[in-house]
Amino acid sequence: MNEIVLEEGVKKLGTRAGVQQIGSQRLKEKLIEKFFLLNGMLAILILGGIFALLFFKAYPAFQELGVIEFFGSPVWNPTSYSKAQYGILSLINSSLMVTLGALLIAIPLGVACAAFLSDIASLKMREILKPAIEILAGIPSVVVGFLGIVLVNPMISRVFGVSHGLTALNGSILLAIMSLPTIISLSEDALRAVPPSYKEASLALGASRWQTLVRVSVPSALSGIIAAIMLGMGRAIGETMTVLMATGNAPALTFNFLEAIQTMTATIAIELGEVPYNTTHYYALFVIGLVLFAMTFVVNLISDLILQKYQEGER
Amino acid sequence: MKRENFIHVLARVSIFLGVLWFSASSLQAADMIQIKGSDSEVNLVQNLAEAFMKKNPGTDIAVTGGGSGTGIAALINRRTDIANSSREMSKEEEEAAKKAGVMPFRIVVATDGISIVVHPGNPVSKLDLEQLRRIFKGDISNWKDVGGPDLKISLYGRQSNSGTFVFFRAFVVKADYSPHMMAMNGNAQIVEGIQRDKAGIGYVAVGYVVSEKGEVKPGVKILRIAKDAQAEAFSPVKMENVMNGKYPISRPLNHYLNGKPSGKLLEFIKFEVSPEGQAIVRKQGFFPVQQQWVDFNKKEGVR
Repeated sequence: MNEIVLEEGVKKLGTRAGVQQIGSQRLKEKLIEKFFLLNGMLAILILGGIFALLFFKAYPAFQELGVIEFFGSPVWNPTSYSKAQYGILSLINSSLMVTLGALLIAIPLGVACAAFLSDIASLKMREILKPAIEILAGIPSVVVGFLGIVLVNPMISRVFGVSHGLTALNGSILLAIMSLPTIISLSEDALRAVPPSYKEASLALGASRWQTLVRVSVPSALSGIIAAIMLGMGRAIGETMTVLMATGNAPALTFNFLEAIQTMTATIAIELGEVPYNTTHYYALFVIGLVLFAMTFVVNLISDLILQKYQEGER
Repeated sequence: MKRENFIHVLARVSIFLGVLWFSASSLQAADMIQIKGSDSEVNLVQNLAEAFMKKNPGTDIAVTGGGSGTGIAALINRRTDIANSSREMSKEEEEAAKKAGVMPFRIVVATDGISIVVHPGNPVSKLDLEQLRRIFKGDISNWKDVGGPDLKISLYGRQSNSGTFVFFRAFVVKADYSPHMMAMNGNAQIVEGIQRDKAGIGYVAVGYVVSEKGEVKPGVKILRIAKDAQAEAFSPVKMENVMNGKYPISRPLNHYLNGKPSGKLLEFIKFEVSPEGQAIVRKQGFFPVQQQWVDFNKKEGVR
């Protein structure tokens, strides 16, 4: 870019106009550079802004009730008949339950699918499967939630003999479906990045294709696969509409996957619309938001660190 | 050249904004009545509004749900003309209204018998208030304790912005609900849940499960409710049971307005409590205003 400017400048050398033009072009370039820098900074600014907002909105609740009120009790009942209670342990537990349940379903399916795509599927097969998986990622969460009510709900009640299927398990199954595209496509990228020489060496030594896949390909792509799983987990833990529709929303503390639960995201979604502004309950909802933000932040940070390490290892 | 461009853009933007502002302000000036609130009342008031609009062309009434709490909050924030509320305003809400300069004006438009619904396959057909209280409090958690099969009870309730949630808690449960109660989004969602759940029990506004002729919606069973263990149990399906107070869980369905209304608003409310309006109330499965509330309305100058 600079060379072209210089060239043009040389042509017009000696004329006053030429000198002026070079000056204005330099200025323009500087401004453009600054503009792009600003764009780059924007993401950081927004992130910082959201964190600051959450923190300042949550702070009055901590000031009024103390930290123990939130993290010392499993009873969340801000609109109680007798005494409002703000314990979020059962909500955190519920969110973790559906997320872990989703991962238990999605990891084997996702990694197996990725392995199939990268090592076994023919080119034609891959050309059909890949877009199909990407479309899966585009299904709106409200549609997935609806499927949870009309399809998964009666299925669970029939298979497990419980009276209704609006349970943690329902949420887990739906979240697994929603995090599959992330896990599959990132894991597949990682598996494909394994140098062919590894596989060739393994096959030459007499290992079967299965042995090669399980003992060579997957272990060498492991950090990429773990990063994919963590990103899928971040998607699952923050999902709102689906769990709001499918998990029944009963704020009891339970470890039973066949009982109704209420996640942190669903609590915010249900209560933020009706709570009077600037009350303790209002601020308490921001406490949930802050905790949720911290959890997704840590999950994403870990996946980022793993991904970085993995890319360094590749070099 | 560039400066001219800039001026052009500026002119266009200002014309656009001007038109936008003008149309927004003219919209507000139009005869648009906003009604917001109770999910139990939303279908009923929508039908009343449609009938009124047919009789008075040129009047626009928009009815939306969201829950009684949401409607009252909107009234206090002056975002609605009428708040539908299936419960009375709380002290806190009255104070907030006063602080915002809103003078709540209450009118009763219909009577509801909150219906207790279960799956049709459930052999239990009546409960008394004490049993109901203990079921929703979580003290009784198995149907066998109230004469049913050995099955864990699943509780279907509403979210806390619901007037039915608040009324039922204050009137029947008199304590916090069991934490195992599922918070459903509306009456229709509870009905849908009960239809699929043979161990379910839920509370809904009568208009959602009973038609004008007293036919119960397929897929649910309405329980008869007794005042206490010794008393006879009555069903809310029959109008006279609710009107004479034999069915124990009835409530007035309210409108809250900001101060005594005039003009189109007053006309609409008068239409609602007129014989014509009350016939529509009946058609929606709800019951006419009880005598004590007719007198209340009269005292407020609406008849």
